[in-house]
Amino acid sequence: MKQHKLGIRGIASALTIALLIGAASLVLAKSKDQGERVVSIKIKRFEYIPKEVTLKKGVPVVLELKSMDVPHGFNLPDLGVRADVLPGQTARVHIVPKQTGRFVFHCDIFCGAGHEDLEGAIVVKE
Amino acid sequence: MATHINRREFLRLAGLGGVIFASGLGYSADAATSKGNKLEEFYWVQLSDSHWGFEGPPVNPDAKGTLKKAVEEVNGLSHQPDFVVFTGDLTHTTDDPVERRKRMTEFRDIVAGLNVKTVKFMPGEHDASLDRGKAYREFFGEANYTFEHKGIHFIVLDNVSDPAAMIGEAQLEWLKADLAKLDKNARIVVFTHRPLFDLYPQWDWATRDGAKAVELLMPFANVTVFYGHIHQEHHHMTGHIAHHAAKSLIFPLPAPGSMPKRQPIPWNSAEPYKGLGFRSVEAAAESVSKYEITEYLVKRA
Repeated sequence: MKQHKLGIRGIASALTIALLIGAASLVLAKSKDQGERVVSIKIKRFEYIPKEVTLKKGVPVVLELKSMDVPHGFNLPDLGVRADVLPGQTARVHIVPKQTGRFVFHCDIFCGAGHEDLEGAIVVKE
Repeated sequence: MATHINRREFLRLAGLGGVIFASGLGYSADAATSKGNKLEEFYWVQLSDSHWGFEGPPVNPDAKGTLKKAVEEVNGLSHQPDFVVFTGDLTHTTDDPVERRKRMTEFRDIVAGLNVKTVKFMPGEHDASLDRGKAYREFFGEANYTFEHKGIHFIVLDNVSDPAAMIGEAQLEWLKADLAKLDKNARIVVFTHRPLFDLYPQWDWATRDGAKAVELLMPFANVTVFYGHIHQEHHHMTGHIAHHAAKSLIFPLPAPGSMPKRQPIPWNSAEPYKGLGFRSVEAAAESVSKYEITEYLVKRA
């Protein structure tokens, strides 16, 4: 009987903890949604649209990358970020820019005669 | 009495020899060759990045003449090389498979004019990346292979048929198996198109899995890499392995990171063909790791 009472208390405690965790998760999810700006970049031969993206130092960002024609790459060596960007799919990369400056990204999957011109830049400001 | 002047002596007397470069760290001259043969002095010529089919008068108003001039100049060398190697981007890329083959046909016809009949090829991304090397192989054969010449084991690596600029696991396994047959002191030369090391990734001057190839080569004492892609002379060491990039035969590119963009350097009518050229590489007989590189500039006709 004692065991049964303890069991009920245990279940109640577990439910309380679960509710608290759930609430915390909601808070975290909300803060994540609010904190991570989403920037869409479209890629086509031989252009990133937009070609330049301005970010704020220390503010997390999600880049959503979509190809409008053939497979492309998104390579941002200075920030250690790269992704394959395949037609019909959305590639997402997370960035938390820690330094101000202009950082060039380029396509690293050969896509044709203008491949070498396919580049853009992330500009990070205070 | 006949007087023998070897090629090195000839270059000295003729005032040629733009760069004399000792490759590697000077390992012992009595090291074994790949087949245990005696070292022989000989040389080859490296041409690169001719981009046949490119049109752009602001950077090269003689796009249809530069490769032909280079062929004539190689033919004019007083001592002919044992072989000629083209380190990729033989043709300029095109989306049209018919036009791609037309350019390859024209390129092949022009280089058939070389007096030296042993000519080795490999693709650059402009030749092979859009069709994974299909047209290239029709014209020039396999994109990766090995050959032996006078005690040197030559390895041709393909880092462009995959448009993501990767050598790939299958080819790395092939390289590993090939190297497993060699003595650690074998004299090895690697030809490839893109740099195997991260020369300047911001301009895509790298091979994504190039470090894996370098790692496989690292246990071998006498390895030298000759490549193209960056349209300029460049020398770099990864450990004891020397990497030498060659000039282009269509337009020069700026030094890594020296400009905001990797744009071709515009043609200078006061100095036509500046930055365009080819090189000879002499394998010295006295040291397995020594190569003498002589740079030649394309001259106006």
